Amino acid sequence: LAAVRAGQSAFRLYDGWPEPYYASLLDRKGFEGPSFFDHITLQAALAALREAGIDASSSRVGLVLSTIKGNIEKIDTEDVSLAAAADTLAKGLGVTTKPVVVSNACISGLAALLQGVRMIRSGAYDHVIVAGAEVQSRFIVTGFQSLKALSLNPCKPFDADRDGLNVGEAAAAIVLSAQRASLLESQPASENQLSDASTKLTRNEVWEMVEGAVRNDANHISGPSRTGEGSYHALRYVLDGVSADELAFVNVHGTATRYNDQMEAIAINRAGLQDVPVNALKGIFGHTMGAAGILESIVSMAACDAGVVLPTHGFSQMGVEPAVNVSAQERKTDKKAFVKLLSGFGGVNGALLFRKGGAQ
Amino acid sequence: MKQVSIPSGVSLTELYRQWVGDYPKFFKMDTLSKLGFLLTEMLVHDEPDRFKFREDRAVLVFSREGCVANDRHYAGSMKDFPSPALFVYTLPNIVSGEISIRNKWGGESSAYVLDSFDEARIWELVRQAFQDKRTQSALVAWIDCPSDEQWITSAWLVDKTEMF
Repeated sequence: LAAVRAGQSAFRLYDGWPEPYYASLLDRKGFEGPSFFDHITLQAALAALREAGIDASSSRVGLVLSTIKGNIEKIDTEDVSLAAAADTLAKGLGVTTKPVVVSNACISGLAALLQGVRMIRSGAYDHVIVAGAEVQSRFIVTGFQSLKALSLNPCKPFDADRDGLNVGEAAAAIVLSAQRASLLESQPASENQLSDASTKLTRNEVWEMVEGAVRNDANHISGPSRTGEGSYHALRYVLDGVSADELAFVNVHGTATRYNDQMEAIAINRAGLQDVPVNALKGIFGHTMGAAGILESIVSMAACDAGVVLPTHGFSQMGVEPAVNVSAQERKTDKKAFVKLLSGFGGVNGALLFRKGGAQ
Repeated sequence: MKQVSIPSGVSLTELYRQWVGDYPKFFKMDTLSKLGFLLTEMLVHDEPDRFKFREDRAVLVFSREGCVANDRHYAGSMKDFPSPALFVYTLPNIVSGEISIRNKWGGESSAYVLDSFDEARIWELVRQAFQDKRTQSALVAWIDCPSDEQWITSAWLVDKTEMF
């Protein structure tokens, strides 16, 4: 969080195939091994597991992997199926239940978190590890270049001069836990759900993924809806019965392509969120694809805990109509809820409502 | 619960002519999307109020290989002249998108990858998807398509009431 608040970024220009591209990539120095993707995914998941302090081998621990292209750079020589990547990750973690991969284009991370929530709510799991990662490769970069979607400069979400996205690399993981009192140390064993009054004190300390939705634009496979249809429907679903006043911010997809940001502005206005602070993080670490939903959720929870709405790096002049409440400056907040929003190819849109301390 | 499948080796163009005939975008699709598109047509062709926007139906597509057949086509083009038309199909969820667009289904659409065809697991994940309170029915498909000539498919149209 400190690095993001300070605006530190690993962006730079890289040689391409042959066109150069501007990106935020991870340092591969010193890495030796069969797969950098498998390596960073495992490291992120292990770090999350350590923090959660749970036994990954339990039959009540599940695993969800979020990625778009996994090990695609090895397509000429190896099994690059996402199933193989998930199997490798499960073995590395010592998870004994069968993993599932959610590969829903750019909303994969958010859809994977929602899948994890559903697994917990099904009652079959106490904990679900949700890990997401993307490494960049000639495959992805030349593809986005062929679509003329990349900017050769740091991206400018929601800005009037925005001219495309920057790709990024990351691995991120969250361990979701059932909100049963029996799993919280400070509470006596009980099957009560967290919504019970008896667990209210504990509830103040944990982030809850209250509601999530995935909705399709039913419009176009590679262009967002002009009316923000799917994004609006997803927002409407997760905010049913929730006042806009409760939200600290909406952390949007904000890729800095002309069409995406305009679409999100329409969806946000249709959902009545035009006054809620909006921020986008891709001006810091680029579009991390399969990791984005998880990474941006983690950073947003940390920002909310610190009482801040993070600035939107790269934004300076309103470039969407109708306008949204986006700012280049950090702002203060005392609210403990936010919405994570993402959209992607295939017409998919996702929204996830995070809250700490129960409904206000 | 209705179920259909398309055996390997069947001409998808002939199936398209038989079941659809008036959706030329079909010919731009990769094999995975063509299969999902046709399976859906076979399941819903006689539904009342077709093409009326609805948000209460999910499209849930499962496979092991995802879109690897098309990934190989794109990787081939990439070394020469990267094809944007091929690149947009290098995502396992484009098939769910094509089905949603064709039918004006604005509900959930998702792609899942499992290590093998396992009906029990598919239904477990489908039941979990019904936790979305808007979802009343789902188009569920297993479409494993490692190449343009070989595939294994099964598709179902299920109502929430049949799942619980």
